[in-house]
Amino acid sequence: MSQTRKTISKFNLQMVDSPAIDKVGVEERVARFQTRSIKNESKLQGLKMSLSMIDLTTLEGKDTPGKVKQMCYKAHHLCDTHPGLPTVAAVCVYPSMVAFAKKELKDSGVKVASVSTAFPSGQAPMDVKLLDTRFAVDEGADEIDMVISRGKFLAGEYSFVFDEIASIKEVCGNARLKVILETGELATLDNVRKASDLAIHAGADFIKTSTGKIQPAATMQVTYTMLMAIKDYFDKTGIMIGMKPAGGISTSKLALHNLVMVKEVLGDAWLNNEWFRFGASSLANDVLMQIIKSETGIYQSSDYFSID
Amino acid sequence: MAKKVEKIEVPSWDYAPSLESTSHIELKERYDLYIDGKWVKPTSGKYFATVNPANEQKLAEVAHGNALDVDKAVKAARKAYNEVWSKMPGSERAKYIYRIARLMQERAREFAVIETLDAGKTIRESRDVDVPLACNHFFYYAGWADKLEYAFPNRKIESLGVAGQIIPWNFPLLMAAWKIAPALATGNTVVLKPAETTPLTALKLAEIIDEAGLPPGVVNIVTGYGDTGASIVDHADIDKIAFTGSTGVGKLIQKAVAGTPKKVTLELGGKSANIIFDDAPIDQAVEGIVNGIFFNQGHVCCAGSRLFVQENIAERVVQKLKQRMETLYVGNPLDKNTDIGAINSKEQLATINKYIKIGQKEGAEMYQPVCSIPSKGYYCPPTLFLNVAQSSLIAQEEIFGPVLTIQTFRTVDEVIQKANNTPFGLAAGVWTDKGSRIFNLTTKLRAGVIWANTYNKFDPTSPFGGYKESGFGREGGLHGLSAYLK
Amino acid sequence: MARIEILKTYKLFIGGQFPRTESGRFYALKNTKGTPIANICLSSRKDVRNAAQAARKAFGGWSEKTAFNRGQILYRIAEMLEGRRDQFIAELQAQGVGKAKAEKEVEIAIDRIVYYAGWCDKYNQVLSAVNPVSSSHFNFSVYEPTGVVGIFAPQNTSLLGLVSVLMPVIAGGNTCLVLASENMPLCAITFAEVLHSSDLPGGVVNILTGTNKELADTLSSHMDINAIVYGGEDSEILKSIQENAVSNIKRVIVQKKDWVKPDSQDLYMIIDTQELKTTWHPIENIGGATSSY
Repeated sequence: MSQTRKTISKFNLQMVDSPAIDKVGVEERVARFQTRSIKNESKLQGLKMSLSMIDLTTLEGKDTPGKVKQMCYKAHHLCDTHPGLPTVAAVCVYPSMVAFAKKELKDSGVKVASVSTAFPSGQAPMDVKLLDTRFAVDEGADEIDMVISRGKFLAGEYSFVFDEIASIKEVCGNARLKVILETGELATLDNVRKASDLAIHAGADFIKTSTGKIQPAATMQVTYTMLMAIKDYFDKTGIMIGMKPAGGISTSKLALHNLVMVKEVLGDAWLNNEWFRFGASSLANDVLMQIIKSETGIYQSSDYFSID
Repeated sequence: MAKKVEKIEVPSWDYAPSLESTSHIELKERYDLYIDGKWVKPTSGKYFATVNPANEQKLAEVAHGNALDVDKAVKAARKAYNEVWSKMPGSERAKYIYRIARLMQERAREFAVIETLDAGKTIRESRDVDVPLACNHFFYYAGWADKLEYAFPNRKIESLGVAGQIIPWNFPLLMAAWKIAPALATGNTVVLKPAETTPLTALKLAEIIDEAGLPPGVVNIVTGYGDTGASIVDHADIDKIAFTGSTGVGKLIQKAVAGTPKKVTLELGGKSANIIFDDAPIDQAVEGIVNGIFFNQGHVCCAGSRLFVQENIAERVVQKLKQRMETLYVGNPLDKNTDIGAINSKEQLATINKYIKIGQKEGAEMYQPVCSIPSKGYYCPPTLFLNVAQSSLIAQEEIFGPVLTIQTFRTVDEVIQKANNTPFGLAAGVWTDKGSRIFNLTTKLRAGVIWANTYNKFDPTSPFGGYKESGFGREGGLHGLSAYLK
Repeated sequence: MARIEILKTYKLFIGGQFPRTESGRFYALKNTKGTPIANICLSSRKDVRNAAQAARKAFGGWSEKTAFNRGQILYRIAEMLEGRRDQFIAELQAQGVGKAKAEKEVEIAIDRIVYYAGWCDKYNQVLSAVNPVSSSHFNFSVYEPTGVVGIFAPQNTSLLGLVSVLMPVIAGGNTCLVLASENMPLCAITFAEVLHSSDLPGGVVNILTGTNKELADTLSSHMDINAIVYGGEDSEILKSIQENAVSNIKRVIVQKKDWVKPDSQDLYMIIDTQELKTTWHPIENIGGATSSY
């Protein structure tokens, strides 16, 4: 059973009294992670770890039970010709698809995550958002990926955003709550940090960068900023918060850079799918190709890997 | 349920060794002096070994030039100056300097590996910092050669003649570039002496200068020890001395040229303050501290070796700094993942260790992260001294190693006073989110380079040099031309 | 009965005041006919110390004045000197300078002060730089005063040489102590009176009289003096100054010019006692490649 948090406190302004961030300094730090050279055993280990951290995602208006079914099969049969690979961590779907996904994945160990709160814009009344979430939970979702009200956040209504997250958290029950900040709409790293702190204090089990519908999404700068928020909270309280960069991570190289960053900012304790996820749809195949390349030394073609 | 997580045992994920290959580099067993466009045996017949400080193995033998060799080099430089270089149009000089830049870029990887082998600095830094900056320096000054009359309004542009240049071991190739490029652009000829522990990249540079077809004698490289450098300083037919190194040697040079018409620039030591205010971008400031003192093993004249933290955030900054230091890899400089490489020489390691002992004796609290250090070679773990007093020796003298002293302060005026309370004045760092405070400090700090919300940045266009006992004259940028003009 | 003339006591100028030398010594200055015309203070090591202290104390205030304000004050010096033209001409004549030459010297001196007054708020504009570094940083270099400067005034002129080496030093925000011409010291002290009456804060300029030989060592080895401007012509003294300068890496600038000539004044004489400071700061580039203006 995965851990979920209880809301601890009421909103106060100290929660958004976040440290200043210098963007250029963040860029330099992130560039350093990218100079780490990951080779041989350590590369293979990193790639397998990446696979196990993927939330395989389909979030489209045209999603059908058929599409979801195929994706679910892929989630726990990544590459049957190649034994010894992990499954992905979860599939991520709209609430209406939760029941199908749940049925397909049954005992696979792969979790079902559902977006909610009028994803992706979040522009709906509170009642609708609560209902949306309750529906997904009732359908069996193990995890809820909610979006924050970016408009309210940018208007400075932090208390509103806090209460919203806290209310959704209550509805989640045993489902773990991932809070999507949609960093591409927050524009500055200072805002990203502030929103991270707000979400963490309001009860997020995970903080997540993006919906995947807005660019830029999970840049390393943004993920780094959120990891630092998690780090500071952990140092202060001893409570671990999970991190999920989503959108734009489609290559193994980028995935490995992210893992390097998690390792050096948060430490090995976060290097598992309990605490770190990739929200991605096309990453899995690239990682698979790299794994097989690493083992055989032969460069691969996408023709040999199923696209679901 | 919210629950405090104790320590979770997880299999750790470590980076496998990732060594830069040394197979593509070419090193001779023995290097002679490069004088008048030829490789010349030293008059004394003496050679000395240059070793890899990472494993104490000999890399090559290098000629020990003496006064007679220096005289040969100066004569060649004078002849080249009189007959060729001073008469050549700037646009043509420029082409030669551009050639050097391009040839260096082509052989960048070889330069980086040799620099790492000879100096002990990490391959990441020689590859990403030293070599590209050195190439860019030549590229930048090449463009000046035919535009000098635009540099200083209403000033008559005249070159000096023969420049004697003595460079240190911390950035061997980069310092050679800083010296040679502006000298050539302004129409001077050069006799350069690299440091005895790191002569190889300067000798490789001589190969490139040869390949570029520079007229013989325009650049001469004379390797050797302090006596060789003294011969350059004392030579009567040298018009200009440019020295980068310790304040101690700088003083000897200033004294030696007293009463002579020689023009001098000195780029000497430092004990630079890095100041963190409570509103600073704290995580970037911590990076700045790390970059300020652990870059190049702390062998940096402008290293941010005195950290001043505002008292109300000191605890948190120190905690973050310690955590960050735990992620630094100390070890084989050729490994692409190494953050802190080898100390340049046995002597320098002894000096650093002497200061660490002094610090402990002075009662400052020491911190070093747990890190594995190779058994062979010269290494020093990154080191902090907490609760250091302004009056303690380790906060006053230049250590030139990965050793940081930490002091706290309460007010702006207090920290300005403490930061300026030193005979040195090379650089300083300021971290705060408040613009008006940045300008207050950048104005009042008596130092030649001020980094605000950043640290240890270098660029060919940016003048570098100190106030007070950190020397005089500037290198880099438009203003760096001035040192080589009448 | 003819009125008895009041003779002037020539004293030192330290910290905006006119003390006698603490040593109580003097030397007699004679005119070309050998007649004594004044007793001149023979400054001691302690006078040098006091002058250096006064200069250091004044440095913060003077260097932080706005460039415009420094220009105003320098211009005021020229105004005051203009008003005392005749006095200086007479003093120069008393020291053996012909009338026409003396008049010319004073005029050039006044004009030279105006020249440097104008530079105060311009030299940094002309010679500072924004450096286009190849990273996301704003980088600029500006000149700042070196600090406390010790000046050895040229020996062969009483006023013009002094003004020529002094003005660029204070125009750039330095403070200084000046050792006046040994053989022609009169104008230096009278010039101190001009400075005194022209809004120049006390201690910015301190003027001593005495011998080069006795004071050169003290001045050039003083640890709180940052630079020396040597306007004399004694190569022995210059060499020892350069050697002593090593104690704290003083900048030693030799100024040897024909001060009557128009090209003996220029912008670069200000820069001689300046330090170049380069400042870096990150430039945030929101959105990077995706941003549009």
